[in-house]
Amino acid sequence: MMLSYVVRRLLQSLLVLLGVSVIVFGLLHLTGDPTRLLLPLEAREEDVQQLRALLGLDAPLWVQYLRFLSRAVRGDFGLSFKHQVPAVTLIAQTLPATLQLTAAGLGLALVVAIPAGILAALRRNSLLDAICSVGVLMGQAMPVYWLGLLLILVFAVGLGWFPAAGRDGLASLVLPATCLGAFSMARIARMARSGMLEVLAQDYVRTARAAGLRAFVVTYKYALKNAAIPLVTIIGLEFGILLGGAVITETIFAWPGVGRLAVDAIFSRDYPLVQAIVAVLATLFVLINLLVDLIYTHLDPRIVYVRQAR
Amino acid sequence: MTAPAASSAIVLPAIPSAAARRRPSFRAIFGITVLLLMTGTAVLAPWIAPWDPGRQMLLKRLRPPAWQARGMIEHPLGTDHLGRDILSRILYGGRISLAVGVSSVMLSACIGVTLGLLAGFFGGRADAIIMRVVDVFLAIPYILLAMGVVFALGPSLLNVILVMGLTRWVQFARIVRADVLSIREREFVSGARARGNRSLRLLLRHVLPNALTPIIVVATLELAFMIIYESALSFLGLGVQPPTPTWGWMLSDGRNYIAIAWWLATFPGLAIMLTVLAVNLLGDWLRDTLDPRLQV
Repeated sequence: MMLSYVVRRLLQSLLVLLGVSVIVFGLLHLTGDPTRLLLPLEAREEDVQQLRALLGLDAPLWVQYLRFLSRAVRGDFGLSFKHQVPAVTLIAQTLPATLQLTAAGLGLALVVAIPAGILAALRRNSLLDAICSVGVLMGQAMPVYWLGLLLILVFAVGLGWFPAAGRDGLASLVLPATCLGAFSMARIARMARSGMLEVLAQDYVRTARAAGLRAFVVTYKYALKNAAIPLVTIIGLEFGILLGGAVITETIFAWPGVGRLAVDAIFSRDYPLVQAIVAVLATLFVLINLLVDLIYTHLDPRIVYVRQAR
Repeated sequence: MTAPAASSAIVLPAIPSAAARRRPSFRAIFGITVLLLMTGTAVLAPWIAPWDPGRQMLLKRLRPPAWQARGMIEHPLGTDHLGRDILSRILYGGRISLAVGVSSVMLSACIGVTLGLLAGFFGGRADAIIMRVVDVFLAIPYILLAMGVVFALGPSLLNVILVMGLTRWVQFARIVRADVLSIREREFVSGARARGNRSLRLLLRHVLPNALTPIIVVATLELAFMIIYESALSFLGLGVQPPTPTWGWMLSDGRNYIAIAWWLATFPGLAIMLTVLAVNLLGDWLRDTLDPRLQV
């Protein structure tokens, strides 16, 4: 049962990646004729034809797609138009910075949001709960880039505690990670609170109390464990959202990651690089969610049966 | 805290009566008021804005808000680096934010609801295909996809709406599908089928009306998201192009003056935050009122 689920889930992920490849391939052709991007406007028609043949753009679309796919699975997305090095090399250079930022943002969000959400649930309708609610509402309504600007304004320009831009040591990570993690923090806190409230209302919690177990044990040993399970799945989704959010955060804080590389690539019409970045980020997202799903089924075996019953 | 008090803090939350749930809370009233105010000022901007939003008065550039030294009473929120009135620009910017937000939500709802209905109702192969497409769209960082497409097609009002709608329909598809899965098992659906209704009629007359609640709630929450999304594209230079004032564009302009003129970026940001906050509060209230069990 478990094995067949894993195999099915793997096949699904492959299908999704195939779908991603179609969209990534389409991205280049959306612009019309990609050779026009490469050649100056006044280029002669023969030159355009020659380059088209050279790049294989004269073949039927489906042949081009198959060629693209066969290269892509080997990690070959071609040379970056702008930098004239393989797109994948550029990504390999910048990905660690993005992963560091994303991990820091997600870590920060979890460390703050889970205790806050749980405490808010335990002390329902208290002052703490009210403060948390306001924080959640603000966090969900605040555009990432505005928060980034405010953080720079207060903590870099005003107080001078942290650098406003660049990647130079731990101090430079604080503002971008806070900025990136804020939205997730709000959402996770909200889910932790409602999840905890739901678990606290379950029969087994009441039974445990009725059996005379101390409140502390019931809360932290039984309720918390069960409230934690749904939180695991959102971490996977949250990671993807953060990777997307990193595009903006990295632009504001001049963080040398994939997001900034992507923005730069889009504005310089460097489509092979854009394709490679979208493909790599999507693959990362799919892999992480696959992993999270498998861990989840391990934590809560009921999931497999529910999904198969559908 | 004494033991009984500790346990009383964790008893089952009382389920409010239907009437109590329907009574608007403070949050709902706040949300609706702010939203009406924002919509009203945006619609009436040409009549109530003190200045033409594009009018440059270079002699009065970078004036702080009226309450600060050097501030001018005729520019309550100050002026930008070209001497344009910030308040007027915010009022006009609201038109774009709200119009683009509402249109893109409508587009993504049309796509998402249709696909969600088909997937949930017919199940089987249709469901499998649609859900894989949903997975694909979830996997791709939508902001990068949107940037790539908008840049390729050229940034215009229409393209921004199209791209935002086309990248966010997934939210509707997922929730509608989940809802339809349970609706189609209910008696009134089999009853309607037994009376000889055909699939399309069954879907539109019997299934869709019963799936409206989550659609309304998701649409509200998505509106909040789209407003942020649009301003993010604007901020990155890929939104509706100047001279049309947009909140995101104003923020991006203000970024360069952040060290000397805090008001340039602060006020448009506040406008976005207040609007999004109001829409979110409204969405929360709608969900709690219409269907408290909904997980959105």
